Amino acid sequence: MKVLVPVKRVIDYNVKARVKADQTGVDLANVKMSMNPFDEIAVEEAVRMKEGKEHHAAGTVDEIVVVSIGVTQAQETIRTALAMGADRGLLIQSDADLEPLAVAKLLKAVVDEEKPDLVLLGKQSIDGDNNAVGQMLAALLDWPQATFAGKIVLANGKATVTREVDGGLQTLSAALPAVVSVDLRLNTPRYASLPNIMKAKKKEIAVKAVADYGVDTVPRLKVLKVTAPAQRAAGIKVADAAELVSKLKIVGVL
Amino acid sequence: MAVLVIADRDGDTVRDSTHKTVTAALKLSGDVDILVIGQGSKAAADAAAKIAGVRKVLLAESAGLGHQLAEAVEATVVGLAGGYDAILSPATTDGKNFMPRIAAKLDVAPISEIIEVVSKDTFVRPIYAGNALETIQSGDAKKVITVRPTSFDPAGDGGSAKVETVAGADAGKAAFVSDEMVKSDRPELGAAKIVVSGGRAMGSAEEFHAVMDPLADRLGAAVGASRAAVDAGYAPNDYQVGQTGKVVAPALYIAIGISGAIQHLAGMKDSKVIVAINKDADAPIFQVADYGIVGDYKVVVPELMKALG
Repeated sequence: MKVLVPVKRVIDYNVKARVKADQTGVDLANVKMSMNPFDEIAVEEAVRMKEGKEHHAAGTVDEIVVVSIGVTQAQETIRTALAMGADRGLLIQSDADLEPLAVAKLLKAVVDEEKPDLVLLGKQSIDGDNNAVGQMLAALLDWPQATFAGKIVLANGKATVTREVDGGLQTLSAALPAVVSVDLRLNTPRYASLPNIMKAKKKEIAVKAVADYGVDTVPRLKVLKVTAPAQRAAGIKVADAAELVSKLKIVGVL
Repeated sequence: MAVLVIADRDGDTVRDSTHKTVTAALKLSGDVDILVIGQGSKAAADAAAKIAGVRKVLLAESAGLGHQLAEAVEATVVGLAGGYDAILSPATTDGKNFMPRIAAKLDVAPISEIIEVVSKDTFVRPIYAGNALETIQSGDAKKVITVRPTSFDPAGDGGSAKVETVAGADAGKAAFVSDEMVKSDRPELGAAKIVVSGGRAMGSAEEFHAVMDPLADRLGAAVGASRAAVDAGYAPNDYQVGQTGKVVAPALYIAIGISGAIQHLAGMKDSKVIVAINKDADAPIFQVADYGIVGDYKVVVPELMKALG
């Protein structure tokens, strides 16, 4: 079967985002960019499926296609996924920061062309924090969805997915084709080896434009301003537990 | 303008996050209805009808709705959407799961996890793990919104809305298999007045529970954990406080052996009073703590138990 993995180029998770002085957004100039960490987990899981590692049966997955929507440099993000073990890539070039609805519509067009059996993607990007694209893509395709996956088993035309939900875990089964969004504890992504990085340079990345897909990507939301959250003032150090308890009683929280 | 709030059902009642979402909804309109979805949810619908300010309660039941499966919830809500200008749900894992699906079916941009209602079409929401706040104005005629419960006060009781039954859809191509819910007599993490959280310093699951559980029981607190402690297997995943876990804002938050990574701070920095216990005086957690004790938790926590009496 074929797996499609959408990936996003975002600010590196170790970098603290700083708001621009003119309140138009977050300053990304000269900031390290990386693959969205949740997407990296999706790529890793797809590669493990193809390799037949852990509980995945060998031969379940035979092709992994990675797609990114973004600036030209997002090719580097796709290249990272190819070095991890994906087979080929597609960049839909866009200088505009597209909303989840537009991204889902573009991905639907890609799914219509590629006809994957499974779309595997991160549950949210760490920049917009919307947690929406996977669910929206599933809706547009009329496919079942399984979000926040902590375990995925593919068998008998179904994905049986254990989801990380409030209060514990929920397992559901979704008939394939389906959209599965992954959570943090699904796996620990590998570092690509040097030979695989070299091999990835020869893998194909097709480049297309948003206009090639003829979908409506006009923004629905207008960003009025982006501001820094109120800073909490540092408090005081207390000498010991007894002093702490008496302070907490004075402020009325004990 | 009428608003539909999808309740966060808990057995025969609805969770506090529903009351908080009603508060956000009442800022948009005086006509707020609640939708209770599930199977055997009449008692929960009656509980929702008591929330002050609610016009009526809709009850939708089916097998798929019993487990809040996104496909069933989407089909049910889209069928009701014609009568509403906005649809709100608490930003629980259920709400985050089905709301974008509903939005896509209605061809609107979902608005995730708002922390403030500025006006009928303008909202504030955190981005970049809470390191920035964006104020956005929606141009969609119908709005699909999830609400961060900790940012709103709960609506009170005292209402007496009527309960109406509406058609509940089935899940179609997805099916529930099983649940594995963590049982606990302690308050729920998202709703607790006091939260005690442990970090990687604990070193093992045994130590984590040996240190945290008695303290939580003494304080009537919920237990949380840092992502590092969860990833190391010291605490279950639903204990995780942080941008990628639960966002909490209790009256008192006690962080024990937690250094204070950005993503953890994003999940607890709106707590009223923060206490940090850490042996590293330079740990970032002290920059947000109202009261800090520099010391080994192995010494400080037993002293704290003693001081609490």
